[in-house]
Amino acid sequence: MERTLTRYIRALRSAGAGVSTTEAMDAARTVEVVGWEDRSVLKTALGTVLAKSVEEKAIHEQLFELYFSREAAAAAASEGQPGEGGDPDSGQPGEGEAGEDPQSGDAEGDEGGDPVEALSALARGENPGKLAMALERAGAAAGVDEIRFATQSGYYVRKMMEQMGVEALEARLMEALSRRNAEGEAEAEGLIGTRSALQKQARAFVEARFEIYGKSAQDAFMNEILAERSFGALGRSDTARMRALVERMAKRLAVRHARRRKVRDRGRLDVRRTLRANAGHDGVPFDIIWKIKRKDRPKIVAVCDVSGSVAQYVRFLLLFLHALKEKVTDLETFAFSAHLADVSRPLEVLPFETAMRAIVDEVGSGGTDYGAAFLELDRDFGEVIDRRTTVLILGDGRSNYSNPRLDVFKQIADQAKRLVWLCPEPAANWGSGDSCLLEYRPFCTLLTQCSTVIDLERALDEILMAYD
Amino acid sequence: MTDAVTGAAKGLETPAGLASVEAVMSMLAQSGYIATPEIATAVYLAHHLRKPVLIEGPAGVGKTDLARSVALGLDQPLIRMQCYEGLDESKALYEWKYGKQLLYTQILKDKIGHLVEDADSLDEALHKLSGFQDIFFSRDFLEPRPLLKAMEQSTGSVLLIDEIDKSDEEFEALLLEVLSDYQVTVPEIGTIAARVPPLVVLTSNATRELGDALKRRCLHLHIDFPDAELEARIVRTRVPGVSDRLLERLVAFIQAVRGENIRKLPSISETIDWARTLILLHADSLDPVLVRSTLNVILKRQSDIAEVSGKVEALLDGGDKAGR
Repeated sequence: MERTLTRYIRALRSAGAGVSTTEAMDAARTVEVVGWEDRSVLKTALGTVLAKSVEEKAIHEQLFELYFSREAAAAAASEGQPGEGGDPDSGQPGEGEAGEDPQSGDAEGDEGGDPVEALSALARGENPGKLAMALERAGAAAGVDEIRFATQSGYYVRKMMEQMGVEALEARLMEALSRRNAEGEAEAEGLIGTRSALQKQARAFVEARFEIYGKSAQDAFMNEILAERSFGALGRSDTARMRALVERMAKRLAVRHARRRKVRDRGRLDVRRTLRANAGHDGVPFDIIWKIKRKDRPKIVAVCDVSGSVAQYVRFLLLFLHALKEKVTDLETFAFSAHLADVSRPLEVLPFETAMRAIVDEVGSGGTDYGAAFLELDRDFGEVIDRRTTVLILGDGRSNYSNPRLDVFKQIADQAKRLVWLCPEPAANWGSGDSCLLEYRPFCTLLTQCSTVIDLERALDEILMAYD
Repeated sequence: MTDAVTGAAKGLETPAGLASVEAVMSMLAQSGYIATPEIATAVYLAHHLRKPVLIEGPAGVGKTDLARSVALGLDQPLIRMQCYEGLDESKALYEWKYGKQLLYTQILKDKIGHLVEDADSLDEALHKLSGFQDIFFSRDFLEPRPLLKAMEQSTGSVLLIDEIDKSDEEFEALLLEVLSDYQVTVPEIGTIAARVPPLVVLTSNATRELGDALKRRCLHLHIDFPDAELEARIVRTRVPGVSDRLLERLVAFIQAVRGENIRKLPSISETIDWARTLILLHADSLDPVLVRSTLNVILKRQSDIAEVSGKVEALLDGGDKAGR
């Protein structure tokens, strides 16, 4: 039974719940204490030991059912065997021992030495326990637990079939077909039926294993690919996955920057508080109190170009910023193309997609004019930018040859703590055509290309770092 | 099974209340705490695996109360340590009694002259004094704080480390020794190991993510808002005077309010307060006027009250249907 537990822990790990070695040892001790008999007690007990967050508990909840219902079936199969077949070899409670050769081993044992007959008997489903065990063994021999991608299932099904001895069956099938008479055809039909029945079983088996071991690995792989793909190249089908990804990244970022915004400034004594604290000790300074420097809370003013060329990038920036809401409580959002509008309110009260549509409808038309937008920002909303504000601009800097109003931009930059510009275009294109990026560049604390979610995470990390 | 049990027995005979998961449940029920199987299992394992339990969940669902009830049920002292920002070892582990040390120094000042009088050289005087230096850093001058106090209980104890998420990260590191080895190291004295390992309960409201090292050492229990049936049982235990009809309606209403989009959801402690309030007002059923005038008992934010008071009728109706 120990193997059952270690394999379950492996399944948990591949599903993304981090289980350390100590926790695995605790799990073994837990099983010793509560026993295997009562499944619901075992489930809650393992849940307390192995799953250490709400997300992990959900994984455990789901996987436990999936895993132990299968495990129970396998155990029942191996128990039911000796009574019916009477074959000591196949009666071993194998749980899919890899070493045995099912082809020559049990199958021949009690069915009179004909592997094809044995397979047919299995496929007819007369003895479900035996079938389950044959599948279990073939699965272990074929290494089905290694499955990582849904597309591999065909390969593993075939491997399992081979392990069960389907080659002999196919040889018989060819032979029957080559006889070219009614009797041969009837036999061939039966054999084909057997084969497809077995295949169906094997496929179900592989798919169940994929759910346990492979699914999350595939998910992780897809996420990795998506994280490095440019926002511009994302399809509609990627949106849901992307949103989940952004949310997770935001959470990670928030945790990373969750450290106290309080740094002990050792080396500067707080004389007044030290004296007071030690008055009880006759003024002898036992407790030394140091001056504490408090850090600013992050305050971000995001200014986003929502004209057609950049709209897709803005979506994800805003999604990311709003997922960071816990960390960045002070967030003002402005959108512009021809003119500028404060869009913090709709983003807060409306569902995200609806809000985005409303914003694009409101300001997304007309030629982009960066100079005018900065002018409006400074004139109408100048007071939101103070010395603890990071101004975050997202745009390609393509201003349709209008006046970039560098004087206004400089004033904004002076007023803010930092000014970060994220540009979807690669650096080689900056300053080409109507792009004024190179003119704005001297006033930016940071100007960087940002086209994938990884770029976005890095940029926001950098911004939050200034507040740690 | 036997191994782990005897391992635990080395420290202490397993109390009857911790003999099985069911025993834990009935022990807690006797001290007025209605436990789910998850909660009982966690307490049971905490004793048998000798591991601390970390409880997470929203405020007011009975995290702190669990520790209190376990202590009551086991008839062991509850040692409580409230965490806050800036909590350090001198407030959690131990502190030297500076005042007493100072006083003794003053008294000894006169004696020292006598003592070293007949010493010829400085070396000899030092030698004479070195025999006395340890008295200032001995147990007599040690002021035990909650963690050390819990180690020193000879009858066993329940140590409650409340709202660990409010403390600094450095403090978590300080806890590791206490939580995994049940010992405290005082550099001047040595290591003080627990006579009987206490049952440790940590609570967290998840205002920040706790460190992995801490989580790995603990059993993890997540307590969420209870379902209607469990909540009714809890309220009945805590507020015995409540009538069946009122209980059913008020629990249904609270459950419905939790489905609303509000900032601070009412938890069990609010339900209990509300039940007490309604009894004081001699109400035996709910009507919209009464609910509106007592909303401030269950909702703690003005915006939430405004949001819910507009929907009181609908929520009462919905709760009514669910109740039947």
